[in-house]
Amino acid sequence: MKNWIWLLPATLILPACVTINIYFPAAAAEKAADKIIDEVWQIKPDDQKPAEKPAETN
Amino acid sequence: MNKRLLTVFVLLMVLVAPLAMAAANLEINTPAISSLTASMQARYNQLATYYASGAVGLTRDGLVAVRDANAVPLKDRQAVNALVAAENYDRNALYKEIANANGHPEWEAEIRGTFAQRWVQKAQGGWWYQDAGGWAKK
Repeated sequence: MKNWIWLLPATLILPACVTINIYFPAAAAEKAADKIIDEVWQIKPDDQKPAEKPAETN
Repeated sequence: MNKRLLTVFVLLMVLVAPLAMAAANLEINTPAISSLTASMQARYNQLATYYASGAVGLTRDGLVAVRDANAVPLKDRQAVNALVAAENYDRNALYKEIANANGHPEWEAEIRGTFAQRWVQKAQGGWWYQDAGGWAKK
């Protein structure tokens, strides 16, 4: 008789678990990609900005 | 009655917990990923010249391609083709490996797309990359 109360959360929790996992974590992927690319191309954190020499023309 | 309220509360917590974990990082610390990264890093010393000369460019699908074979001396062309093939082999394996390491093989295409953007973003000025309109110089 009281068992019905378990049914409601169960119907909410199960789809929630599935839903969360099918979304692609774009921000996390970007972070992971940056980390790997920095390693492959040996980019140091402060090399990010192009170190262009200022063109000194008057 | 109180017991029922408590039950509902506990179940709500269970329901909310995975939401908090959804922002976690992607797993990239596996032996396979490390060895692919190391292999690509070693190859970069050779590829860098060709990126800079425009002989090799970054493609839209997260790979590399020979863009202008004429920029490479005839005697080196075979070597460049081999470098490109080896690099693409590693890159394809990397995207697949990251997807698998995170338990979602179906994410491979999105991981590839993310990398494609980030490679271009982090490329040095003067390197070539593919966009919707074809090859462009950064």
